[in-house]
Amino acid sequence: MDIIVCIKQVPDTASLHTLKINPKTNTLMRDTAPAIINPFDENAIEEGIRLKEKYAGEVTVLSMGPPQVEKALRDALAMGADNAILLSDRSFAGADTLATSYTLAEAIKKIGKFDLILFGKQAIDGDTAQVGPGVAECLGLPQITYVRKIEIENGKLRAERTLEDSFELVEAELPAVITVTKEINTPRYPSLKGIMKSKKAQITIWSLKEMSIDSDRVGLEGSSTQVIRIFTPEMRSKGEILQGTSEDVVDTLINKLRERKVL
Amino acid sequence: MDYFLTEEQKMIVELTRKIAREKITPVVAHHDETEEFPWDIMKLLAEADLFGVYIPQEYGGLGGGVFELSLVTEELSKVCGGIAICYAATALGTYPILLFGNEEQKKKYLPQLAKGVRLAAFALTEPNAGSDAAGIQTLAKKEGEHYILNGTKQWITNGGEAEVYTVIAMTDRARGARGATAFILEKGMDGFDFGKKEKKMGIRASATRELIFTDCKVEASRILGKEGIGFLVAMKTFDASRPGVAAQALGIAHGALDDAVKYSRQRVQFGKPISSFQAIQHILADMATQVEAARALIYATARMIDKGVKDIARESAMSKLFASDVAMKVTTDAVQVFGGYGYMREYPVEKRMRDAKITQIYEGTNQIQRNVIALQLIKEAAKGK
Repeated sequence: MDIIVCIKQVPDTASLHTLKINPKTNTLMRDTAPAIINPFDENAIEEGIRLKEKYAGEVTVLSMGPPQVEKALRDALAMGADNAILLSDRSFAGADTLATSYTLAEAIKKIGKFDLILFGKQAIDGDTAQVGPGVAECLGLPQITYVRKIEIENGKLRAERTLEDSFELVEAELPAVITVTKEINTPRYPSLKGIMKSKKAQITIWSLKEMSIDSDRVGLEGSSTQVIRIFTPEMRSKGEILQGTSEDVVDTLINKLRERKVL
Repeated sequence: MDYFLTEEQKMIVELTRKIAREKITPVVAHHDETEEFPWDIMKLLAEADLFGVYIPQEYGGLGGGVFELSLVTEELSKVCGGIAICYAATALGTYPILLFGNEEQKKKYLPQLAKGVRLAAFALTEPNAGSDAAGIQTLAKKEGEHYILNGTKQWITNGGEAEVYTVIAMTDRARGARGATAFILEKGMDGFDFGKKEKKMGIRASATRELIFTDCKVEASRILGKEGIGFLVAMKTFDASRPGVAAQALGIAHGALDDAVKYSRQRVQFGKPISSFQAIQHILADMATQVEAARALIYATARMIDKGVKDIARESAMSKLFASDVAMKVTTDAVQVFGGYGYMREYPVEKRMRDAKITQIYEGTNQIQRNVIALQLIKEAAKGK
């Protein structure tokens, strides 16, 4: 069973003090914050490796980004992934979820051989949760999002999909696209031997030219989202706790609601 | 201070630190309270290949040495000296095989120990033989191709949890120190049982038990080296393992220093954080200086051993002596910086002080270390070096 895991390198939001916003562009200054693998993607890598250990095959990690994303891919290799591909080209920069989905999907087509594509449910920086489903649409594959458990039987996939207060049991034919939640597993630590191997491993880098795809569908040019402004939402005003006998509290509440013209 | 670690050593430190912070920190108090053996953590360390850092690659290890072992022990001890010793005691039980094992023994045991699928232990101490190791009474009587072991080993770290034991027993009592022999024993052998688990002051995550031998039949192929060199095996093992105990002490001390610095910046008295008072600053400065001096001595000794220098008894004893005395002093000072809070179990430093004490006692009390150092000094002077 060959698995492709798509990962994103994100700033470590746990070290908040290192996060800075560029006052000119209103975007995150990525070079000041330590970069990590998006935590949900770590679960996706772990699940890929577990499935590989169970059913044999290979795990390929795929990412798009600047050359420093190599670090994230090496970390994935250290955990036990077999191959790593980085899509890196100046023209890929500034991509929104649409352009990113297109570029990743084209890379997956180029890889060709796969049974399952795994994603984390969303990235902790953009939080859109759109790229997994976007790739599934580009490839015309079935997709199951927010998955907390995967079972494979006779080439069929059965997944538990987390809903707000219950879960759905969904079946799909392979190949399929899955996005996973934190509950699905606990990502392993890399082993020392894994780290050493990953340092020497070859990371395949594909540029626009090597992928021979439409240049107007990638990067900023291929993006239909425009960021007009980034701002911190105003703090909501504090709630008020009414105290006293039930009757008094109800009276005060009704008066307050009338004052605000709710009633 | 920058010790110019290699890329590989930095990797080892980074990974150990990550596991210690993320997985050991939350369970430190639990294991201290319950004295439960930290198998979950041992499994994590095993999966990360940390049990193999000092074992040669041909036996499934990573090919490092005493330095790498010390780095891991130090990092683990910064978080918990008790959990750290479960790891380090396996190395103590492994070193006799590494140093004196024949090819067959090495091939049989080292790969499993490097992987951490089995833990090891070293058994020398007896109820009546501590500092006076030559006084051991466990007998290994030769009968044909076998030896019959009878006796009791006491306070064996990892006892009952480990599966591979290096045991020193007397094969010829008449020859005194030259009549001891080292054997590799395994848990589950007939006539090899465990006594009660000890309740300890500190390092309570670790298991300390008696090993009881009752007509335990052991094949001659289980002898390490040859008959009669049991004490040499023990002494050479200690020479290599003392920097590990020193590293445990160093880690405990460093952890206490970090706690004290952090606390002093938070604790407000007389309207200011206590870190603004010179009385506290000077305590912290002395703590930091001693910790760094201990580290420099341990690292230098470990590097010397790994370079293959033969005479290491003096430096090895010095690093253990100095680092463990530093650990006792620094953890006591950390409790002082914390004041009343430091004396309470809810805060981390009283445990560090309890953990520190054993490092002045085991693998040779610090008085014995001083004997070793002095003996080397006098020997060298006599040789006119």
